[in-house]
Amino acid sequence: MKLNVNGQALAANVPGDMPLLWVLRDHLNLTGTKYGCGIGQCGACTVHLDGAPVRACLTPAAEAVGKKVLTIEGAADTPRGRAVQAAWEKLNVVQCGYCQSGQIMSAIALIESNPVPTELDIDAAMAGNICRCATYQRIRAAILEAAAAPRG
Amino acid sequence: MESIDSKGIVNLSRRQFMQGGAALTLGILLGRALPAQAAAAAAPAAEPAAYVRIGADNSVTIIAQHLEMGQGTYTGLATLLADEMDAAWSQVRMEGAPADAARYGNRKMGGMQGTGGSTAMANSWETMRRAGAAARAMLVAAAAKQWDVPRGTITVREGVVLHDPSGRRANFGELAAAAARESVPERLFLKNPHEFTLIGKPLARIDNRDKVTGAARYTQDVKLPGMLVALVQHAPRFGAKVASFDDKAARRVKGVVEVVQIPSGVAVLAGDFWSARRGRDALRVKWDESAAFALSSRDIYARYRELAKQPGTVARQDGDADAALAGAAKKLQVGYEFPFLAHAAMEPLNCVIRLDSGGCEAWNGEQLQSVDQAALAELFGLPPERVKINMLYAGGSFGRRANPASDYVLECGHIVKALAGGALGGRPVKLVWTREDDMRAGYYRPAYVHALEAGLDAQGKIVAWKHRIVGQGILASSPFKARVQDGIDPTVVKGAYNLPYGFGTQRVDVHMPELPVPVLWWRSVASSHNAYAVETFLDQIAAAAGRDPADLRLELLAGRERHLAVLRLVLEKADWTKPLAQGAPGDKRGRGLALHESFDSVVAQVAEVSIKADGSFTVDRVVCAVDCGLAINPDVVRAQMEGGIGYGLSAALSGAITFNKGRVDQSNFDNYTVLRMPQMPKVDVHIVPSAAAPTGVGEPGLPPIAPAVANALAQAGAKRITSLPIKLA
Repeated sequence: MKLNVNGQALAANVPGDMPLLWVLRDHLNLTGTKYGCGIGQCGACTVHLDGAPVRACLTPAAEAVGKKVLTIEGAADTPRGRAVQAAWEKLNVVQCGYCQSGQIMSAIALIESNPVPTELDIDAAMAGNICRCATYQRIRAAILEAAAAPRG
Repeated sequence: MESIDSKGIVNLSRRQFMQGGAALTLGILLGRALPAQAAAAAAPAAEPAAYVRIGADNSVTIIAQHLEMGQGTYTGLATLLADEMDAAWSQVRMEGAPADAARYGNRKMGGMQGTGGSTAMANSWETMRRAGAAARAMLVAAAAKQWDVPRGTITVREGVVLHDPSGRRANFGELAAAAARESVPERLFLKNPHEFTLIGKPLARIDNRDKVTGAARYTQDVKLPGMLVALVQHAPRFGAKVASFDDKAARRVKGVVEVVQIPSGVAVLAGDFWSARRGRDALRVKWDESAAFALSSRDIYARYRELAKQPGTVARQDGDADAALAGAAKKLQVGYEFPFLAHAAMEPLNCVIRLDSGGCEAWNGEQLQSVDQAALAELFGLPPERVKINMLYAGGSFGRRANPASDYVLECGHIVKALAGGALGGRPVKLVWTREDDMRAGYYRPAYVHALEAGLDAQGKIVAWKHRIVGQGILASSPFKARVQDGIDPTVVKGAYNLPYGFGTQRVDVHMPELPVPVLWWRSVASSHNAYAVETFLDQIAAAAGRDPADLRLELLAGRERHLAVLRLVLEKADWTKPLAQGAPGDKRGRGLALHESFDSVVAQVAEVSIKADGSFTVDRVVCAVDCGLAINPDVVRAQMEGGIGYGLSAALSGAITFNKGRVDQSNFDNYTVLRMPQMPKVDVHIVPSAAAPTGVGEPGLPPIAPAVANALAQAGAKRITSLPIKLA
C-alpha cells in the first residue's frame, strides 16, 4: 500500500482494513498520532485527510490511498500549523501532552475552514477532542491567539 | 552571593546517604511492604553528578527524579537546579532518573522512589537547589584554577562563567571536564529568594516543544528491535480464573505469533497492535467464575448504608460529640453516596519489558520505581539492581500508574516470563491495554457512603460535628497495609479528620469493609469525597442557621491565618459581597463556595452556575485562590488549578463506574463520559504570595470544585445534591 504522508510517498505492507492510526504508528514510525479510545470518541488520533480532520482510529488505511495525509509531524510545514504550535507554546497549553497532537490537528483544521472563529465556534469544533488534564481554557485562548497571528 | 544559612550547609557523606538507602531497599524486598517509618529522613546530600550533567556541547542535562505526567514536574525540577547553577533556561535538557532509591528516594514517601501525593517539589526543593549550587561551585573552582584568579572574583550568569576584571569568560561546556575533576564542596551557599532568577517566574514549560510537535516519547511510542505487541483478554469479573481457552482461530490471524496464559488472563502476541487486536478478538476463553465478584452497585450501597448506621473505628475524637448533639438547640443530618471512579488517563496503560542475559529492562510512565523494580526482580529472580527502569513521559496518571500491586507492570512481566526459554525468549514485549481494558480492569477510586450530623446552639454556632465514612481503605487493600495504624487508613479519612474548622466537639469514625474490587488513589485521594461531604454540609448548616456560608467559614477558621488569607482572597476576587450578574432570561443563577486543605496546600473556590429552564445547568466561572507556599512557577500552579478543577468537575458531572452482578457497566468514553471543552468554565486563579517552602499543587485544586458547584446549585434553588455524579432532575 502506498500512502502520501506529510508530502512523502511511503509504502506499508499492511491489510487495507488496518486503521490508518496503526499504519502510521506501528509501520511508518510516526508515533505523534496517539491511540486514546479506538472508537472515535476522544480525538487523540486526529489527522488530516486532504485537509479535513478525521479520526485515524476509524479510518481504514485503504481510504487514505490517493489522498494527502497530514499528521502532527507535518504540522509545522504550513504557516497556520506553525502559528498554532507557537500559540500552544506561548500559552503553556500542554500538561501530559498525550492528547495535544490531536488537539492541534483539530485546531489547524478549524482555522483553515474558519479563520476568525468565535469562542462558541471553538467549543463546537473542539468538542470531539478530550483532554483529561483539562487544558481546555488554554486551548481556547491559543486558538484565538493563532487565528489572530499574522499570516506568514 | 549571600548565604541563606550563614553557617553553610554541611553535606552528609555519601556513605551515610547510601546506608539509609540500603536499609530501605531491603525493607521493600522483604515482603514488598515498607516499614511505617522508613530510614530516609536524612537531609539530602548534594550530589551534583546524580542530578546534572554538562555536555561538551554546553547542554545542561538535568536528571529528573520524578515522573512528568502533566503536572509540570520536569519544569519545576529544572527551575530549581538551573537557578542555583545560574544556567541559561535555553541550555537545559531533561532526562528521567534510573530506578535507584539510594539516590533518588522520595523523603516525602518514606524513602521509596516514586512520584505521588503532590510531593515532587516539596521533596526536591532542597535537593535540586543544592545540586545546582554544588555544580556552580565546581564550575567556579575550575575557572579559578584555569585563570589563576580568586574564586570570589568570578560570577556566573545565564550559563556563562565570567571574570569581569580580566574580561575572561567561558561557557559551561568549556569548563565541564575540568569542573568534573573538582571535589564536591562541603559547604554550600543557596540563594536568598530575592536572588532567584528563574524560581517564581512563569517560565515556559520545558516539555512544550516536544509535546506540540508529537516528538515527546511515551511508553505507547516505544519500538525496539524484535518487539512484540501483547493484548490480554482479562477476566469479565474480578476473581474469575481461566478455565480453558481455544486459541486456534487467534493463531490463524495474520501477524499473531504466540498465545500464552498468564495469571491475569490470556495474552495474544503479534508484530503490531492491530494484528494482536484481531487475534484477541478471535480468542475464545472459558472462565471459571465460581469465586468471582458478583455484586451490583446497589448491593454495595445498601451494605454501606447499613454500616453507616453503626459506630465505626474512631479516627478523631474531640470532647463528647454525642452529649453535645443531644443538648443542641438544632440538629441537622445528611447522608452522601460517592461512586467508584476510573482514572481514565488519555494514555491507556502500557509497559515495555525486555528480559535477556543482561537482566531486565523496562520502559514505563514510571510512578513507583522502588515498588515496580522490586516486583519485577522477584518475578524474574533477579537482584533489584539488574532491573533497569526507563522512566518515560506518562500521558496522565492521576494516581493510576502508582500501584503498590504493580498490576500492569507485572502483567507485562508475566508475558515476558512465559516467552522466556521458548523461540520468542528475549524478545521485548509491549503490553498495550485498550481503552476498554483500562476502564474495566479495576483499581478505581473507591465508592463511599458518608453520614454526618451536626448540632447547633441557640445562637447557630456548631457545638457538635459527627462524620462517619464507609468504604474501602486504599492502603488497607494494598501491599502497604502495614502503614495502616490502629485501623485508621489515611487514604479514607484525610480531609475529614484533620479539618481546620473549630467545631465545639467532633467525632470522625470509619468502616472499611473488604470488597474484591481493586481500588487505588485517584487525584486528591480521600479529599476527593471528604471535601464534598464537609463543604456541602457546612452550606446546609449555614442555610439552616440563616448565615452567609462565607461568614460561617470565616468564623470557624478563627486563628487559622493561612486559611483565612486564602478565603478572603477568593471572596474578594469573586466579588462575593456583590450580587451575582443575572443570566439569560429564564436562567436561575447561583454562586457557591468551598475551601479545602490537602497536600499541605490550601485552596478555596467560588463557582458560578446557571440552571436553565429545562433543568440542565452550566458551570460558568470558577474563581480559585491557592496558598501552595512559594510558587516555583506561577503559571504551572495556575495550570494545575485549572486542571484539578476540570478533572474534579468531570467526575462531579458524570463520573461513575457501576457494577451489574460483578460486571463493570462502562467500557469507553461513550459511556464513561468525561468533561469536554464546552463544559469547561472560565477559571481565574489567584496565588497567595508566600516565601514558605513549596507544598502540593497537582492535587489540591480538585477537592473544592464539586462542593462549590453543588453549593452554587443549591443557592440557585436546586435541591441539595447528596449523591454524585450530580443529577438535578
